[in-house]
Amino acid sequence: MNDDTSRPVNRGRRKLLAGLGALGAGTLLSGCDDSFSRNQTVRDALGSVEKLTRNAQRLVASHQSLAQEFDRSEIAPVFRANGTTNPQEPEYLRMVENGFADWQLRVDGLVNRPLNLSLAQLRELPSRTQITRHDCVEGWSCIGEWSGVVLGDLLDQAEPHDNARFVVFHCADHTYGRSDLYYESLDMIESYHPQTILAYDLNGEALPVANGAPIRLRAERQLGYKHAKYVMRVEVVDSFRNIQGGKGGYWEDRGYEWWAGI
Amino acid sequence: MTSSANTSTENEPTPGSPSPEGGNTRLIKRHSSGTRAWHWINLAALIILLMSGLQIFNAHPTLYWGDQSLSENTVLAIGARRTAEGEAQGYLQISDYRFDTTGVLGWSRQGDDYRQRGFPAWATLPSSQWLAMGRNWHFFAAWIFGTSLVVYLLYSLVRRNRRRQIFPRSHQWRQIKQTFIDHARFRFHHVSDYNVIQKLTYIGVLFGLLPMLVLSGLAMSPTMDAAWPWLPEMFGGRQSARTIHFIGAVAIVLFVVIHVGLVVATGLFNNLRSMVTGTYRINVSDEANQRDE
Repeated sequence: MNDDTSRPVNRGRRKLLAGLGALGAGTLLSGCDDSFSRNQTVRDALGSVEKLTRNAQRLVASHQSLAQEFDRSEIAPVFRANGTTNPQEPEYLRMVENGFADWQLRVDGLVNRPLNLSLAQLRELPSRTQITRHDCVEGWSCIGEWSGVVLGDLLDQAEPHDNARFVVFHCADHTYGRSDLYYESLDMIESYHPQTILAYDLNGEALPVANGAPIRLRAERQLGYKHAKYVMRVEVVDSFRNIQGGKGGYWEDRGYEWWAGI
Repeated sequence: MTSSANTSTENEPTPGSPSPEGGNTRLIKRHSSGTRAWHWINLAALIILLMSGLQIFNAHPTLYWGDQSLSENTVLAIGARRTAEGEAQGYLQISDYRFDTTGVLGWSRQGDDYRQRGFPAWATLPSSQWLAMGRNWHFFAAWIFGTSLVVYLLYSLVRRNRRRQIFPRSHQWRQIKQTFIDHARFRFHHVSDYNVIQKLTYIGVLFGLLPMLVLSGLAMSPTMDAAWPWLPEMFGGRQSARTIHFIGAVAIVLFVVIHVGLVVATGLFNNLRSMVTGTYRINVSDEANQRDE
């Protein structure tokens, strides 16, 4: 689901080989061989810099620093869609058919007042419009104009508990037909960032199915795979432990960084 | 070897000894332990950065100019297509020119069969298409490369004898023409100081190319761009920064090719020893000539 995905190949085989990885990988250059990259110790060591990167970036970027906003003239003719672009789940197809009239966004988890909001109700809330650049983990970028409800406003309505640490976005699609539903998460700082919105409009029109209708997340200081499409439920949690692979996102469960600031 | 490199001070001559060619030579300490450590750490980091960088590039093997990836702003693309005869063909496209690169770029061997991929499996880390792991390698090595670069640049500016090693002295500027002529004729002098071409090259690489690679890399980060809006702007947009990052990597490869070529041409053993143990053999008469001028 997401505008930003690339699929690692041979996942099954990789799993099988993961344990064998360390063999013969004594020197640096044997890193050229995939078995070295499959070794869990190596992966943990390499992955440890993610935290360093996050801390360093949080140090230089204030909580409020805004992603660049562009001029209307810079909007791309077509906003590139990636990942899931046409979900085939029967429930989703029914919602598309009736224009998401009975779609409801649920906000729950560690909150005092769980919310259920229809698309019409969401559109009545104060909105924010921003023309921003979408940066995909693959390397491409695309500029579009997004309108939606500021996530922080929704969270304020729901009143998160003091122990709330993350906001999880549960989606409607099975990426590449796999059994797991797409999901993503942000911490409270990115969730309350002024440009973090649940967008229902793209370039002044209702969000197309290819780009995540009826709503998608925009987290403008993060790479595209964080920008969950087809969002059905927003859950406030204190840990990812019991959610799917436990890493906080569909691609995170598949080896990508949870901190997608770079 | 009459004196140990570690006990002599930098650039201090040790007692002369005849060279195999007959001329008088002596051993000096050329590189400090800091320089030597930085050199080899850097080499390892750059190999990882280059190969994992090509892995990342392969996820979208097209470069653009500007803020975003519009096809009309394409600078370079690597891809594959079917020829009229139905054969798969890899190509490299730069501006309007297309080159057939089958087997290397665009269409190359991975394991037992051929695949569409930007750079070939032997050039990427990991070798199969695996963006997540490529990123892990890249950022791991980037932290080592970036922090050691900052430390080394500061060290180079603060230490007086490092400054003298890096920045050309006034007499060297006066000899610049002769130095170029000597280089063109492959006449190399084995002296303690770097010549002006070496110095200008190292200044350009240390203070130009390498920092530019770090900055253009950071300019691709959406968080950094929010923190420092001038960063993508100074490169002409995020996609321009990505293109410049790639060009910088190519420039480093070219630098390394020339660097290694000159290391071999001017005495592989002597040069390697100076970067491993610090000890370098200079030619006494060359050195005397240089001092006189």
